[in-house]
Amino acid sequence: MSLDNTVLHIADVHKSFGGLHALSDIDLSVKEGTTHAIIGPNGAGKSTLLNVCIGRLIPDRGAVIFDGEELTGKSPHEINQAGVARVFQTPEIFTELNVLDNVIVPILSKRDGSYRFNPMKSLKQRRGAYDEAMHLIEDVGLNPKDMSGSLSRGDKRRLELAMCLSQHPRLLLLDEPTAGMSRHDTNSTIDLLKKIKERGMTKVVIEHDMHVVFSLADRISVLAEGRIIADGTPEEVKNSAVVQEAYLGG
Amino acid sequence: MLPKKITDSELSIVLIFSAVVLTMPIWLAPIGAGYPDLLQKFAIFGLFAIGYNILFGMTGYLSFGHAAFLGVGSYAAVWSFKLLTMNVLPAVVFGVLFSGLFAFLIGYVSLRRSGIYFSILTLAFAQMSYNLAYSVLTPITNGETGLQLTNHDPRIIDTMLLDQAPEGLPSTVLFGVKMSGYPGFYFCALILILGFFIALRISRSPFGLVLKGIKSNQTRMKFTGFNTRPYMITAFVISGMYAGLAGSLMAVTDPLAGAERMQWTASGEVVLMTILGGVGTLIGPVLGAGLIKYFENIFSAFNDKALHELFAFLPDGLENFVVTVVSPFVGEGWHLTLGVLFMIIIIFLPGGIIQGMEKINNRFFKRSSSAKSGSNES
Repeated sequence: MSLDNTVLHIADVHKSFGGLHALSDIDLSVKEGTTHAIIGPNGAGKSTLLNVCIGRLIPDRGAVIFDGEELTGKSPHEINQAGVARVFQTPEIFTELNVLDNVIVPILSKRDGSYRFNPMKSLKQRRGAYDEAMHLIEDVGLNPKDMSGSLSRGDKRRLELAMCLSQHPRLLLLDEPTAGMSRHDTNSTIDLLKKIKERGMTKVVIEHDMHVVFSLADRISVLAEGRIIADGTPEEVKNSAVVQEAYLGG
Repeated sequence: MLPKKITDSELSIVLIFSAVVLTMPIWLAPIGAGYPDLLQKFAIFGLFAIGYNILFGMTGYLSFGHAAFLGVGSYAAVWSFKLLTMNVLPAVVFGVLFSGLFAFLIGYVSLRRSGIYFSILTLAFAQMSYNLAYSVLTPITNGETGLQLTNHDPRIIDTMLLDQAPEGLPSTVLFGVKMSGYPGFYFCALILILGFFIALRISRSPFGLVLKGIKSNQTRMKFTGFNTRPYMITAFVISGMYAGLAGSLMAVTDPLAGAERMQWTASGEVVLMTILGGVGTLIGPVLGAGLIKYFENIFSAFNDKALHELFAFLPDGLENFVVTVVSPFVGEGWHLTLGVLFMIIIIFLPGGIIQGMEKINNRFFKRSSSAKSGSNES
């Protein structure tokens, strides 16, 4: 971590798909323990930016530096082991496993690393993992025995959030964490994310729902056509004329 | 690596499984399947299917090349009989080791791809092995004749330990006990029980859960911090070692190894066994293996004469009609019966025999227990 408390630094990142510049000259710093929201209209490049951060896409130029270590070019599992977890726009869960196993799997990754051959060890001997998973499942209000494939979209999102939280990541990337949720579920998710904030976890949130953004964010960056057009505190962004014009509709 | 603790449920499952397997000569006798040769096949192919299920059932990767490992296990075991000793233990160990090594090489290359491309790669490797066994590898495989024991084999360890060589071709032995007939079956049965226990532990271990996670969503596994490729290679090698073990047991019960064991039809057969029994279940593949081997040995033995005897209680005209209708499904046509059965199971019970058993259990036993609780409440 640098002296100014920056945990994630996206430096001069550029990504094109053919002739389309999805990201251009992106410079972004996220300070430890803060919640940094990235907003912008559809197609602004928000999800592409997260994909670059987690190794799903390799930028054409520039670098992603996490905790002083360059992530660019690393494989997704190495990036996760470094302490970065992500909630996807479309929930990525283990639909053939029950809710409990869905949460135990990431706990095993955190404890055992990217590979461990332990075929003769019983899962039941992992009492700590079991207790921790049950605690998190209770936090997100799910039933541990339910098959995850049969959950509603909102419940799948909450499950994915629990899966990410179970790893105690230093940086949590959330791609529209409340999409598809009822207002009640959205508010409980906001409460849960606020609770995490108290634990000092850094978060980068992409969200369309301004209620969520202004409830959580310490700082907001506004993306439009692959470029950051504004960056500041929620109050500054709310009052920015550029943002009003490009995104909030005047 | 020994387990630190065996849970009560695991112990119960293994004890029940052991009791069922070891008493097969008794309870299979009434349906004509209680003779050693067929019982050995049940145990050997059950083991093959259990191992295959570790790859296909737990990770979802469909290999069409596992017969290659079966063949390697057989060749390694026969070479052990020829060069070292007729004791079956070294043969089994070599069978497992060589097939494991071979599986690592094939798995390392094939697992660079997934889905249909992986299946085609494994099929290509197995067919390549099969054809090589008939061509450039004939010094090792003895080509079309197959690898057999001869009186001139060195058998170094046996020669050192025994004063005089036995007359004629020696039998495979386990510390003096000949591995033919029932002793051969019980040796295979004990290995099957051990293989089942290991598979049970794997499926309930953190390693097993990771494999199931890979089957469900490999992308999420990568973003959850798992390096999935070594996991896949490990599962492939374990599965290949099971196949090699099964191949070496084939050589134990009949010390002969032929390249036909490596043909793609043998690889396809284990896929059928696993799907028929229930992919991803522990006992399903064993049931599937048993069913296919039973059909192969019992239904194929039926001829028109046997059918006439079976339906002799019917009036003559009806008897002839029934025999005419049934005869295409038995004897050489047993594959037709198996095919029809396979289609029925896949269409109505995609989860195989195990799913069928669960449905029966839910319909009759759970309903009766709920009816009982309902009457208690009233």
